[in-house]
Amino acid sequence: MDVKLINPFLAAAMHVLKTMAEVDATPGKPFLKKNDVAIGDVSAIIGITGAAKGSMALIFTEQCIKDIASNLLGVPFTELNHEVRDAVGELTNMICGDARRRLAEGGFVLQAGIPTIVGGKGHTIRHIASGPCLAVPFTTSQGSFMVEVAFGSQV
Amino acid sequence: MTVLVVDDFSTMRRIVRKILKDLQFQDVIEAENGAEAFQLLQTNKVDLIVSDWNMPTMTGLELLKKVRADERLKGLPFLLVTAESQKENIIEAIQAKVSNYVVKPFSPAVLAEKLAKIIPQGQ
Repeated sequence: MDVKLINPFLAAAMHVLKTMAEVDATPGKPFLKKNDVAIGDVSAIIGITGAAKGSMALIFTEQCIKDIASNLLGVPFTELNHEVRDAVGELTNMICGDARRRLAEGGFVLQAGIPTIVGGKGHTIRHIASGPCLAVPFTTSQGSFMVEVAFGSQV
Repeated sequence: MTVLVVDDFSTMRRIVRKILKDLQFQDVIEAENGAEAFQLLQTNKVDLIVSDWNMPTMTGLELLKKVRADERLKGLPFLLVTAESQKENIIEAIQAKVSNYVVKPFSPAVLAEKLAKIIPQGQ
């Protein structure tokens, strides 16, 4: 998978969390994901079409997303309720949008769908593309989360 | 002054509502998509619309076009909140007579600045 396609998603994740929730996120070492099991408690996945077909997923541990949602909305969250899950969807939407904007600057135009939110211990994430799935762990002072990007054929 | 906030994600509606409250806009009503928003516009006196672009059922752009085509509503200030920052999309929104737009992610200061440019003087 072309790293030029991946880096904008990582930059977008850091930018969105900093701008909207005042959270600093540090990327760790990327790895190729071999199965569908999510490394976290709640996820959202968004389909991507256009110059390449694929998907992006955002996976949070429970503590991390509760704290980030608290920052985002200005109220404390102590449980993984529908408001916190909704925040995962909106963050996915914004990160994908920001990444598409960065890619479009280089003439690589993508469109995106509407995120689907899934959750529960050991839940699975099915990426749309049959190609490799690159996962990048992030750490924050609130806990950890993961960005997964998978692209198939480029048009 | 009543503001109609339209977004399919409650998170974004709450973020916008909080920023509006900080800006002293106390009367805020919400809709989850363009179709629901257009229905609310039939029965509520609204002074400003802040709408997401990408929503199921009816998008923000489709809502904008319906508002601009409605004799009673066509003059309403309309701010599009969007992840779509491609030139073609923005041009389409401008051609549909959007009052202003803000690209996600945005800080409260940026949203306030965009709103200040489209709110009628004296309100």
